[in-house]
Amino acid sequence: MSQKAECIAMLLAGGQGSRLGILTKNIAKPAVPYGGKYRIIDFPLSNCVNSGIYTVGVLTQYQPLELNDYIGNGAAWDLDRASGGVHILSPYQQIKGSEWYKGTANAIYQNINFIDRYDPEYVCILSGDHIYKMDYSKMLAFHKEKNADCTIAMLEVPWEEASRFGLMLVDDDGSITAFEEKPAVPSSNKASMGVYIFSWKKLREYLIADEADPNSSNDFGKNLIPAMHEAGERLFAYHFDGYWKDVGTIDSLWEANLDLLRPSVDLDLSDNEWRIYSKSPASPPHFVSSTAKVENSMMAEGCCIDGEIDYSVLFADVVVEEGAKVHSSIIMPGTVIKKGAVVQYAIVAENAVIESDAVVGEEPENVANRDDWGVAVVGAGVTVGTGAKVAPKAMAGEDVPAAK
Amino acid sequence: MIRGNEVLAIIHSNAYDEVIPELTNMRTMGSVPFGGRYRLIDFTLSNLVNAGISKVGVITKSNYQSLMDHLGTGKPWDLSRKRSGMYLLPPFGFAETGTFDNRIESLKGNMHFISRSKEEYVLIADCNVVTNFSIDELMKFHEKSNADISVVCKRGKTPALSNLMTYEIGEDSRVNSIAVGVPSDDADYSLNIFFMKKALLERLINEAYAMHKTSIGMDVFQANVKNLRICAMRTDDFVVSIDSLATYYSANMMLLDSANRNSLFNKNRPVYTKVRDDMPALYAIDSSVTNSLVSDGCEIKGEVDRSVLGRSVKVEKGAVVKNCVIMQDCFIGAGAHIENVIFDKDVVIKPGKTLVGADDFPIYVGKRIVI
Repeated sequence: MSQKAECIAMLLAGGQGSRLGILTKNIAKPAVPYGGKYRIIDFPLSNCVNSGIYTVGVLTQYQPLELNDYIGNGAAWDLDRASGGVHILSPYQQIKGSEWYKGTANAIYQNINFIDRYDPEYVCILSGDHIYKMDYSKMLAFHKEKNADCTIAMLEVPWEEASRFGLMLVDDDGSITAFEEKPAVPSSNKASMGVYIFSWKKLREYLIADEADPNSSNDFGKNLIPAMHEAGERLFAYHFDGYWKDVGTIDSLWEANLDLLRPSVDLDLSDNEWRIYSKSPASPPHFVSSTAKVENSMMAEGCCIDGEIDYSVLFADVVVEEGAKVHSSIIMPGTVIKKGAVVQYAIVAENAVIESDAVVGEEPENVANRDDWGVAVVGAGVTVGTGAKVAPKAMAGEDVPAAK
Repeated sequence: MIRGNEVLAIIHSNAYDEVIPELTNMRTMGSVPFGGRYRLIDFTLSNLVNAGISKVGVITKSNYQSLMDHLGTGKPWDLSRKRSGMYLLPPFGFAETGTFDNRIESLKGNMHFISRSKEEYVLIADCNVVTNFSIDELMKFHEKSNADISVVCKRGKTPALSNLMTYEIGEDSRVNSIAVGVPSDDADYSLNIFFMKKALLERLINEAYAMHKTSIGMDVFQANVKNLRICAMRTDDFVVSIDSLATYYSANMMLLDSANRNSLFNKNRPVYTKVRDDMPALYAIDSSVTNSLVSDGCEIKGEVDRSVLGRSVKVEKGAVVKNCVIMQDCFIGAGAHIENVIFDKDVVIKPGKTLVGADDFPIYVGKRIVI
């Protein structure tokens, strides 16, 4: 038996993030790099420790190698602890056989034993898909104050985008009266952030009931929470206003990175009171040479810049040679961009090589049909040959031969 | 073949503190910030762990708060361990140790720790030598040359360090004679890296101490140059032996040269340091940075040329920073102009102020000073 914890967190990190295409070919979505030195999962993990939650179960399933390796013993987030700390929870064999995590609720169901070890009053369910800074302890205080069975974090989204989200109708006291899942005509703009706090006793009951229901797809949003709602349990919405972004698509990942360069965006990563922790590479400070020009960009350590950088985010150990141009792009660790190459409106994954005079991506103005335009993507380890082109919206998952 | 786990390392964190009194007023040589994100001891420690050495004693004398703060449990260097790891050796650590005035006394004072260690070999190093040096190669050299003591040296102008040894090297790398404290424009000068059997060190130090000897150079090395086989290994790597504020400054500036950087930041032998979890550096619209090393957490809105910036340095709009070494958390106000200066940590220069040092004599501004 482990030491009792008031609240523990379960982080759903098993998703593939299929809409990120080749970026998640070999890594799970939460391990996708973000913001120059982070990975998406750094945000919920850092939020946990900053909120005083020191026991975190990370549920992995899809391509867990890199994610497991990254989390390690949790030391980067101060989660290497004698009591609690971070635990990787993968699907496992049981006496009645083995099965994959069938849905979000099933993933938690399969780890009831893990949660019971800590005998918590509350369980916070998180996902590894979003970029945001949030104090879960305030949400927990709200949950207690309302004597809720389940509290769902909610933020108000622009009405025109509301139909993309799971929405809630909320009473003045904060109680949830109805749910709408991605409706064509939304009657609310209060969207769920995928952050839940449950009273563990209640959640445990519903997980067991949900598992027993053969018609259920074992999902929190589709099955378990609606079941609680129908049964008249106390469901509340906790209002969050701050930066929150789902980075589930290429475009949103690209945008969310460049958001860091916009002073108006409310996501301050230099805030000492709410640090975002990550595993740091042992690289020297980056070097910007006399031929370089760097403007309006974010750059991590180990980079070596001789070319031009504008409106871009460069991760650690990126090399940009003289005469190369990078703008409006995200360049992940270890990538080399050679002489005269142009990378624009693009995401280039780790350890790629853009040979000289290659062109990746295109300015939207230069594309006749706007629907043909999109962010170009170069996969991890891919070489784009000398003078080759990667069209806008294209995904180069394999080496691109040099132009003849 | 000698393996790293057969070696005990002893680092003198305070050696030569007196050559840069400005920087060591509040800290040890080992905790002097260098190269943007490092402290000098990082290079020594990384050299050790990159050769698989996992037992390290760090001898301290005074002002070691900042060093303890930096080293913590030794985790960034993988030296926080159940077996071996890092040991801080402050004065008065054992009943018989007090403070010390020379290396013989300091080693004697920690003989308890040295004798008790099970490693067969011992390596001794200082912190004022900035280099990425392969101790693996040194261990191979030691075996190949069948030496009793192996020492590491660099060819060139001798640094202005008191009692520094210079070697006259004969055939088979054997040191034939040793001069102590003799300046020269071209000599094989000691980097104060010594490698030998631990039992030999114990014998040499115990003998010298019993005879009330005070100079390790004269009374241990020079006195034994005939009876012991002392062999010197020359290094061609980037090496700066810091002997003054001017060399501290120029050593930082030398990192703006890519050949020096490639040698010091050898990809196969990374330099580890304490992690601060700063965000990556931010460059604003209209910022201009050329020929500079920039650390995480910096926010640059102004102009920076030929400078080394520590972590979280803020350069406001219209400010000009030229030929400067700026340590962490400094603030350069809007329109301020600084040239040829060294800013210690947390210095603030208010908007519009100007501070220009001579190009061969940088101005030093102490920790937390507001201009």
